[in-house]
Amino acid sequence: MSALKAETHPLTYRVNLAAPLDLKGYEAQDGYAALRKVVKEAPGEVTKAVKDANLRGRGGAGFPTGVKWGLVPMGADAPKNKYIVCNADEMEPGTFKDRLLMEGVPHQLIESMIVSGYAIQASRGYIFLRGEYVLAAERLNRALAEAKAAGYLGRNVLGSGWDFELFVHTGAGRYICGEETALINSLEGRRANPRAKPPFPQIAGLWGKPTVVNNVETLSNVPHIVNRGAAWFQGLSQGKTKDAGTKLYGVSGRARKTGCWELPFGTTARELLEVHAGGMKDGLKLKCWLPGGASTDFLMPEHLDLAMDFDTIARAGSRMGTGLITVVDDKQNIVSVVRNLEEFFARESCGWCTPCRDGLPWTEKLLAALERKQGREGDLEVLEQLTRFLGPGKTFCAHAPGAMEPLQSALKYFRAEFEACIAKPAQAAA
Amino acid sequence: MESTTPIIKLADLPKVEPFVLHADDRAAIEREIHHYEDPRAASIEALKIVQHRHGWVPDGAIAAIGEVLGIPGADVEGVATFYNLIFRRPVGRHVIKLCDSVSCYLTGYDDVKKAFSDRLGVGLGQTTADGRFTLLPICCLGACDKGPVLMIDQDTHFDVAPDRINELLERYK
Repeated sequence: MSALKAETHPLTYRVNLAAPLDLKGYEAQDGYAALRKVVKEAPGEVTKAVKDANLRGRGGAGFPTGVKWGLVPMGADAPKNKYIVCNADEMEPGTFKDRLLMEGVPHQLIESMIVSGYAIQASRGYIFLRGEYVLAAERLNRALAEAKAAGYLGRNVLGSGWDFELFVHTGAGRYICGEETALINSLEGRRANPRAKPPFPQIAGLWGKPTVVNNVETLSNVPHIVNRGAAWFQGLSQGKTKDAGTKLYGVSGRARKTGCWELPFGTTARELLEVHAGGMKDGLKLKCWLPGGASTDFLMPEHLDLAMDFDTIARAGSRMGTGLITVVDDKQNIVSVVRNLEEFFARESCGWCTPCRDGLPWTEKLLAALERKQGREGDLEVLEQLTRFLGPGKTFCAHAPGAMEPLQSALKYFRAEFEACIAKPAQAAA
Repeated sequence: MESTTPIIKLADLPKVEPFVLHADDRAAIEREIHHYEDPRAASIEALKIVQHRHGWVPDGAIAAIGEVLGIPGADVEGVATFYNLIFRRPVGRHVIKLCDSVSCYLTGYDDVKKAFSDRLGVGLGQTTADGRFTLLPICCLGACDKGPVLMIDQDTHFDVAPDRINELLERYK
C-alpha cells in the first residue's frame, strides 16, 4: 500500500494502478462515507461545503465549482430531469492526471459522481470517457456494477428517497469533445460542435435540461471536502497560494523522472521540475515550458519560481491550464515545436466557425514553410495578425484562442529563431 | 413516345454490398438506447458496435443504424465522419495509432513514425498491402510521462523506441 496519507494526499492515497481497490477495500478506507453522510443532509449543504472550500475546476479554466452548481435550478419547481456529467475526455496534450485517478481508484470517481449528483439532485449521471481509455472503462464499469449492487446507485439511494442512475459513456475520439458544450452535443449523439453560450448548461444543457459538467479531478475532491470540511481543504495548499486543496501536477518532455504527483496547490514549477522530476535529462537545458497543456502560453526558465496557481500563472501572461507542465529542451527548434502544436489544433478544429476552420490550417502552413526555411517576408506579421483574428471573442469556443497561446508567446520570446527561417531573396529565387 | 437510352445503366453503377445488421448487434444497439433520454444518443455506440464486428463501418450500416435509432441515415453519416475512431473505409486487421502530440513529439515521435513507415512501407492513413496494419496519427493519449506512446488496437504501449518496433509488430498477426 502507498505511504501517502489521507490528510495530505486525499486524491491519490488509495491509488493502486496494479490492483485498484474493490468495493470492500474501498469501503474499508473511508469509501462511500461521504455519500452516507450527505444523504442525511439537504442537497444544498454539499454545494455550500464546496463553495466554502473554494474548490476551482481542475479541467483548465479554474471556475469555482460551487458557483457552477449554485446556478442549477433546485426545489419543487425545478425540471425533473437534471444531469451531472463528468468530463473524462482527457486529451489536452501534455496532460495525464485523470487517467491515473480512473485507473488507480475508480470507486473514488463513482462516489464523487453520486455525491455531486446528490448536490444538484440530478436524475442521471454520465461519465464521458474518451474511447482510448480502455482500462479505465473496464475498471469504472466494474466499480459501477459493485456500487449498484451495494445500493449506492439506483432507486432510493441509501433510503434517501433520491433516485440516481449512472452510466459510463465512451467516446470515439476528437479533442473538441473536451469543450463543455461540444461534449454535450457528443453525448446527445451529434457531431461535437460547440454550442453558443448563453444559455449555460446549468440552465439548458443535455437534452435541454439543467446539466453540470465537471472534470475528473475536480469531482474527485468533493467526497473529501464532505468528509473533512472546508477549513481542512483550504489548509492543504499550506499557504502557498489563495487557491485551496491539492493539485495533480506533472512533468513531461525530456526530464529525468517524468511523472504526475499530488502536491499542495501553488507548488512552484521549479520544485516540480528539479525536485520531483529530477531536472532535465542528459545534460539538456530548459528552453521554455508549457504550464498546463498545448493551449497555454509558453513560459521561460525565469518563470520557474512562480507558484503554479491560476492567478499567478495568469499574471505571468499564461494560464495554469491543467497544471501538468511540458518542458522544451535547448536542442529543440521552437519553430518545429510550434508547428507540431498548430498541426494538432488545425486537425482537431471541428470546422464549425470560419476563423478556426480556415485560420488554423493557414497558421500551420506558414509554420511548415518557416520550418523548411522557406518563410517569406511578412510571414511573422501574418502570424501575429492571426493570433488576433483567432483570439478570444472571435470564435464559438476556446479552441482557436487556445491554439494561439503557444504561438503568440513563442513569437514574443523567440522572434529571432522565427526570423532566421525567412528565406533570403537569393534563396527564394533558387 | 420516343424511346430513350438511359444515360447511366444500372449495371455500370458500383456494386453496393447488401448489408444486414447482425441480430446480436441490433440487440446491443437497442440495449444502449435505454441509457439515454433520446435514441439518437446511442449513435456513436451503435457505430462502434458495427465496427467491432466488421473492422469498419460499411456503407449499408449507416442506413441500418438510422432505422434502429429512428433518425435519418444522413445524421448517422454526419456522426460517423466526424469522429476519428470510426472508420468509414476498410482498415487493416490491426490499427496502429501513433500519438503525435507535443510531449511525444519532444521525446521522439518523428523517429518512431519513420521506423514504422520504413518497416511497413506505408505512410500515415495507409494500409499495408497484405491488409495487416493501418497506420494512423492520434492526439495525446494521456501518458505523456512515458512518451513516445502508441496504441495497437485496444492496447497502449509506452516508451516506444524505434528498435522495439519489430518485436512489437510480431505480437499482432
